[in-house]
Amino acid sequence: MAARTRYAPDRGLTVRMTATMFLLGLVFVAFVALIIGVMTATHQSGAAIVVVALLLGGGTAFISLFYSDKIALASAGAQVVTPEQAPKLHGIVDRLCALADMDKPLVAIAPASMPNAFATGRNSKHAVLCVTQGLMNQLDDDELEGVLAHELSHVAHKDVQVMTVASLLAIVAGLLVRFAFYSELFGGRRNNNQNAFPIILVIMAVSAVVYAISFLLIRLLSRYRELAADRSGALLTGQPSALISALTKVSQGMNRIPNEDLRAAEPLNAFYFAPAMKLNGGASMSAIFSTHPSLKKRIEELEKIQRQLGEVSPGAKGLR
Amino acid sequence: MSFLDTLLGRTKPVQPKLDDLFGLPSAAIQLQAATGFIPTGSGSVCFRGVEGKTFGDIQKEVRDLLDMDSGKPGGGLPVEVSRDSYGFTWLVSNHMSDEMDGLVTDLHAVNSSLVDAGFGPQLLCTVVAFADESHRRAALVYLYKRGTFYPFAPLDGQQNRRDNALEIQIKGALAEDLKMEPDLTKWMALWGAPGL
Repeated sequence: MAARTRYAPDRGLTVRMTATMFLLGLVFVAFVALIIGVMTATHQSGAAIVVVALLLGGGTAFISLFYSDKIALASAGAQVVTPEQAPKLHGIVDRLCALADMDKPLVAIAPASMPNAFATGRNSKHAVLCVTQGLMNQLDDDELEGVLAHELSHVAHKDVQVMTVASLLAIVAGLLVRFAFYSELFGGRRNNNQNAFPIILVIMAVSAVVYAISFLLIRLLSRYRELAADRSGALLTGQPSALISALTKVSQGMNRIPNEDLRAAEPLNAFYFAPAMKLNGGASMSAIFSTHPSLKKRIEELEKIQRQLGEVSPGAKGLR
Repeated sequence: MSFLDTLLGRTKPVQPKLDDLFGLPSAAIQLQAATGFIPTGSGSVCFRGVEGKTFGDIQKEVRDLLDMDSGKPGGGLPVEVSRDSYGFTWLVSNHMSDEMDGLVTDLHAVNSSLVDAGFGPQLLCTVVAFADESHRRAALVYLYKRGTFYPFAPLDGQQNRRDNALEIQIKGALAEDLKMEPDLTKWMALWGAPGL
């Protein structure tokens, strides 16, 4: 059917994302298996420690997910705005939500002059979409719509939840290392004193490797999810070039010397970088950080959509 | 959206539901009987245009198609095209007050042209305007993606204020004729909608 092929999914992206998530799971399973193996070899109950780590790590991740909207808004100093306070912004979000048939998130504005936007929240009912004042000042309406469609796609794709689960693996891995370390230190001394030292070294070395691999994989996954959000956002508005132009403006804005006092921008920077690396990796930032693909790559992908939307008879050309 | 699509970040654009629009003519009669509001004969389709020539060509075809029968009995006036400040395109079709069938046929022609060309997901809403003897205005808005209607009654002379009581009254009057949107948060305001 013509209507289907014009909006065909990007198979390459799907495959790469699946492979990344599979590898991430594989690394985690291998790591847990190794810990249990080592603990069993040194005559300790490995399973119990894994369960405790899962509970602790899961609890931490859950709390941070549950309060992700409040945490993010507070760190950005953002205020939730009503339709009366920001009619234009609400109007754009209203229309995009009606086009996509999704629940409307809360809309917030952060006072920063740096052009940026993020979406967060534990589920679609508690989603918050936040833009900075700088973004609203620097982008025209079409570009702003493109950015908002990108952020709404993050909400639709449940990126905060997905990235929380992805980073949960890294958290649990980290906890396991610590538990193993301490139990070796205090519990392991009694019967195999002579083995304890090398085992600790092995566990530390392996954990460093696991951390590095999972860190890279999480970043990779984050970049793929950005591309997916770009894609869905551009298809939603039908204006890939508006998003391209917004991305170009925003990334130049990020490199430009800010008007704002450095000391004032400092806490905000901390928020944009730190949570993006840790728990709230799914909280999407439109800026180009390493959690994001390069501007060039994003523009290339959007130009593909441009061609796709311009095809005269999409049914005849098949998937592309 | 399925779990797998969410996990893989694949949004499937939502296809519009079109058939419920044909309930409008009988609903208009019911609305007049219950509230005194009659159709002004003006109706519009609102969609988000896609960049590029292909979409522009289709848009032109639709206009030509609708204008073919203008001037003939029941054909109405030529369509007006306008772009609102949100970048959405409105095709406004004007008919006589009692030509609800002709109006709905026109609106449906726009829908099916876009859907046939593969641009169905770009459809936002259809607005049919009503007015009563004291010149109060109200509109029935059809949300393509949900397949539901809701009333929108802007208050005259007041910036961005809606007559919520009237809207609730209209919803009640039409509850049996049309599928009304139960979720009030989806009753999007359409300030300055052409043809209203």
